[in-house]
Amino acid sequence: MTPADTPPLLRAERIERRDPVAGSVLLHPASLELRGGEHVVLSGPSGAGKSVLMRSLALLDPLSGGALLFRGRPVPACDIPLFRSRVAYLRQRPALLGGTVEDNLRLPFELKINAGRIYMRERALELLEAAGKPPNFLAKEGRDLSGGEAQVMGLVRALQFDPEVLLLDEPTAALDPESTAQVETLVLGWAHARSTEVATVWISHDPAQGARVGTRHYRVIAGRLCSADGVVIEAVAA
Amino acid sequence: MSGGGFLQDLSWPALAISAALILINGAISLALRLKLEKKLAIAALRTVVQLLAVGYVLGWVFAVDRWYVVLAMMVLMTLVAGRAAGERSRWTYKQMGADSIVSVWGSSWLVAAIGLFVVLRVRPWYEPQYVIPILGMILGNTLTGVALGMERITGELQSRRDQIETLLAMGATRWEAFRPAAQSAVRAGMTPVINAMSVVGIVSLPGMMTGQVLAGQAPEAAIRYQIVIMFLISAASGLGTVSVVLLVYKRLFSAEHRFLYWRLTET
Repeated sequence: MTPADTPPLLRAERIERRDPVAGSVLLHPASLELRGGEHVVLSGPSGAGKSVLMRSLALLDPLSGGALLFRGRPVPACDIPLFRSRVAYLRQRPALLGGTVEDNLRLPFELKINAGRIYMRERALELLEAAGKPPNFLAKEGRDLSGGEAQVMGLVRALQFDPEVLLLDEPTAALDPESTAQVETLVLGWAHARSTEVATVWISHDPAQGARVGTRHYRVIAGRLCSADGVVIEAVAA
Repeated sequence: MSGGGFLQDLSWPALAISAALILINGAISLALRLKLEKKLAIAALRTVVQLLAVGYVLGWVFAVDRWYVVLAMMVLMTLVAGRAAGERSRWTYKQMGADSIVSVWGSSWLVAAIGLFVVLRVRPWYEPQYVIPILGMILGNTLTGVALGMERITGELQSRRDQIETLLAMGATRWEAFRPAAQSAVRAGMTPVINAMSVVGIVSLPGMMTGQVLAGQAPEAAIRYQIVIMFLISAASGLGTVSVVLLVYKRLFSAEHRFLYWRLTET
């Protein structure tokens, strides 16, 4: 099969989001295709709808219209946890779930969706090493982590399950250059080792970072998905 | 003091003397400039007025002795308790009042029915002398359990929003994401009855038992009633707490495993 015959990992068909309380439009119908090996960067002003789009791609918020297909199929409600374990969404500030870094890394193995999987310290150490963290990082208390360290922890927590799509919501916006480099190295190393099997979406404000991590670039302006030079991709339905 | 006892004819002057004791609190307030005098006076007045009113209403209900009057009284008490349970939380959602009433109603009536018809075997079923005070005691405690459970669950969901969404994003089911908050809320709701059961008889003599003993009943008989009541209270309170937490779960988590956090608003 040629790549064109295989359905994309993720396909958004005119997905739309409205504020559930006020009813105002948060995201105008947006269409997007994400194939294995692709690395999409979303940029645009704050509050324009980048996170809204990304949360919709993770099915975290209800769509007001349109459809999201995973490997060519819509995701039924009962399969959404499975979908989310394959399409990992990481928020800007990863939430700590108590205890040490290792406790945090172990916790998702207790979820029903990961039944049968076992936490492997070697795997965690491998990922941490890729982010430039020493083995004793595992013993660090979650509450003592800096923003950058927490972000690395959150990434390792997600990557140990080898998701197919990684959705990164401004992962380095609040980080110093060194932490930013660690996060990028970790994600790019992981993605390149899997070449066409995985895809990433980054939200980034930094054009230099966008150039480093992205193969396709979009802008989100006033709730509309636009090409990199600001042209609206999908016209609003009349 | 066989049967009657001198307390039956508590005179109005005697009541007035006890009421005057509230002046002690007033003096404290004045001395420490707490500015509570007005609140104290209103609270004292409410105590007198509400208890007098309930005395007359109960007297009438007892005298009429009709099932529909007793039932109407029970419904009224339940609605008041259910409403009060939902008014405490800082974070609310649209159907919070209804959910509080449902939790209080369902758990207290179920447990009261078991207590009245299975344990105490009251005949006829609407005998107001039993039904109203027992339902009242159960309601008072269920109200506390439901109010605490509701307050805690909404507060926890609000403060743990990041954690809940992180769990959901990692593939947790809505129940897995909700469970830590639920545990904390149910624990909070059940704590008062557990505390009450641990110290009963040693630190505190429950009002019902005290009343029975004062009215001349043998302490052993009064204690047997009190044991029944304590278990009814704890069962109803626990059930009420769990049911309100489950109702909140139904309201704030969708079948698509989403946390509908925007439904929570600050009062």
